[in-house]
Amino acid sequence: MPGTLIYAEVQKGEIKKGSFEVVSKAKEFGGEVAACIIGKGAEGLASQLAKFGADKIYVVDGPEYENYVPEAFVQAFVQVAKTVNPSVILASATAQGKDFVPAVAARLGVGAVSDCVDLQKNGDKVVAKRPVYAGKAYAMVECVADPQVIAVRPNSFAVKEAAGAGAVEKVAVSLDASKIKAVVKSIELAQTNEPDQTEAEIIVSGGRGMKGPENFKMLEDLAKLFGPTATTGASRAAVDAGWRAHRYQVGQTGKTVSPNLYIACGISGAIQHLAGMSTAKVIVAINKDAEAPIFTKADYGVVDDLFNVVPALIDEIKKFK
Amino acid sequence: MNTVVCIKQVPDTETLIKVQGAGIVQDGVKWVMNPYDEFAVEEALRQKEKMKAGAVTVVSLGPDRAIEAIRTALAMGADTAVHINDAAFAEKADPYATAAALAAAVKGLTYDAVFVGKQAIDDDAGQVPAMLGEMLGIPVVTMVIKFDVADDKSKATVTREVEGGVAVIEVPLPAVFSAQKGLNEPRYASLPGIMKAKKKPVDAKTAAALGVTEGPKTVVKEMSLPPARQAGKKIAGDDAAAKAKELARILHEDVKAV
Ligand SMILES: Cc1cc2nc3c(=O)[nH]c(=O)nc-3n(C[C@H](O)[C@H](O)[C@H](O)COP(=O)(O)OP(=O)(O)OC[C@H]3O[C@@H](n4cnc5c(N)ncnc54)[C@H](O)[C@@H]3O)c2cc1C
Ligand SMILES: Nc1ncnc2c1ncn2[C@@H]1O[C@H](COP(=O)(O)O)[C@@H](O)[C@H]1O
Repeated sequence: MPGTLIYAEVQKGEIKKGSFEVVSKAKEFGGEVAACIIGKGAEGLASQLAKFGADKIYVVDGPEYENYVPEAFVQAFVQVAKTVNPSVILASATAQGKDFVPAVAARLGVGAVSDCVDLQKNGDKVVAKRPVYAGKAYAMVECVADPQVIAVRPNSFAVKEAAGAGAVEKVAVSLDASKIKAVVKSIELAQTNEPDQTEAEIIVSGGRGMKGPENFKMLEDLAKLFGPTATTGASRAAVDAGWRAHRYQVGQTGKTVSPNLYIACGISGAIQHLAGMSTAKVIVAINKDAEAPIFTKADYGVVDDLFNVVPALIDEIKKFK
Repeated sequence: MNTVVCIKQVPDTETLIKVQGAGIVQDGVKWVMNPYDEFAVEEALRQKEKMKAGAVTVVSLGPDRAIEAIRTALAMGADTAVHINDAAFAEKADPYATAAALAAAVKGLTYDAVFVGKQAIDDDAGQVPAMLGEMLGIPVVTMVIKFDVADDKSKATVTREVEGGVAVIEVPLPAVFSAQKGLNEPRYASLPGIMKAKKKPVDAKTAAALGVTEGPKTVVKEMSLPPARQAGKKIAGDDAAAKAKELARILHEDVKAV
């Protein structure tokens, strides 16, 4: 029975959490849940997908998959997809997923739905809910034909362990090297163990109210208290001022994040910032201006000087440790 | 260097969005060029200026009003434009159908590179770049923040954003490049530019005239507004320390973050 095929993404030798999230969601749909994992050393990771209920895991492994090269990955995945013939293809809308998914859909001659935050099964169709107009509205979208190719925003679904047959099959893919034209010359990754903002469960974010780059140390300290799934973020004002690198920027021209907890410190809550974080499950705002628009979105607001609140908060939280 | 830039007219980010059925209420919307497409136009202009040769052609799919965004691009310095002016097609077009229409228009042009925006801020899809490349049968590099082209125009060396950092990619031309913030600072249209733009040629075409056969592959069934977030509980307390204490308690007991 054609079921769901998941693209399992590998980064730094690990499967992305978002990939597990979509496996868990696919489990709810019923039908066979297959996954395709591509990467150098992917074979050693494949069995992890079974823990969350994957029935079948296709492995594309080899030195040529060490870095993400769109054309090579698309070719490999499309070959697997054509043999599996699923009715739904799911992937996590990570940075790589956003690049990969529309290319896969186009090659299969079907449409794609990007950056969904919820999925419902309606007969054979998956109805996908996604934010549009920078989160000012939601669209319910359906694919016209199978496979229905859908990318899901990280942190939209919980990861749940489930039983699955977990049969691993190594696939020999024949790559057409003449089509692989873009060559990765070098990759420069920031040396950090922090999770990417798009995947972090907790983000402590700072804006112009932080006054300078040195004060972000305080936000880093606070984030560390929440554990390894927490990281820091920034508004565009803080990034444009040169206080934080662009990779920290949350918002329309930065990252779209969906953490369980977002703590905005000295951020006014401009529409373009809200566009990037309004699907956070809990929003806390610390701002000395009671009229700041961020308070209309915040679940909990502290109206006070952040330079007094944040250090005190750090001390209080340490007491729970 | 000859380039094509695909631009979309979208509601300004500040515009209040009202929904109606499967779409939005268009009355009262302020329409602008998609901000990421401004980066795309700027980059095309810079390459032409650097090479001192070639032309920049703008392509846009949209109804009559899209001509304003096209004129803006021409006023910035683009040379000619193709307006796929087909309200009926545009209304139902999803990224796939859009890419198909754009590909049909681009195929008839001479180009070394196609510049597009990273995403349109109305549908927030980010699909057209990859789909367009696929349909044109040329490579695509998305999220470009630095663009350099070899003197013989045979290849481009670009920097793109990847998760947690950047990657440098070398790609033979022609190829599609999607512009991310940081690529450049778009110029404003000058007054003489605006005057000149009025006389620049805009070739209006219907989707049928371009021979577009592909229709949409996804359908928006319904649009809704997000539930108004409960405007927050303001944490009371005599001073910052007391408020911090209460916030810590909430994060511990209610949010269970620690
Ligand atoms: C096309 C476009 C795209 C954009 N994209 C983005 C984007 O991706 N991300 C983004 O963030 N913005 C984006 N912006 C910019 C956005 O409009 C705002 O300018 C920006 O978000 C403001 O950042 P801010 O809240 O840090 O600064 P401000 O708006 O200046 O707010 C600073 C806040 O700090 C508070 N404050 C100051 N001192 C203290 C203190 N001691 N204690 C407590 N509070 C204090 C102030 O009360 C104020 O509310 C975009 C704009 C445009 C036009
Ligand atoms: N109707 C359109 N006309 C011209 N270009 C478009 C259109 N729609 C999308 N594009 C281009 O494709 C990019 C990504 O759009 P999207 O995939 O819809 O987010 C935009 O930034 C534009 O460069």
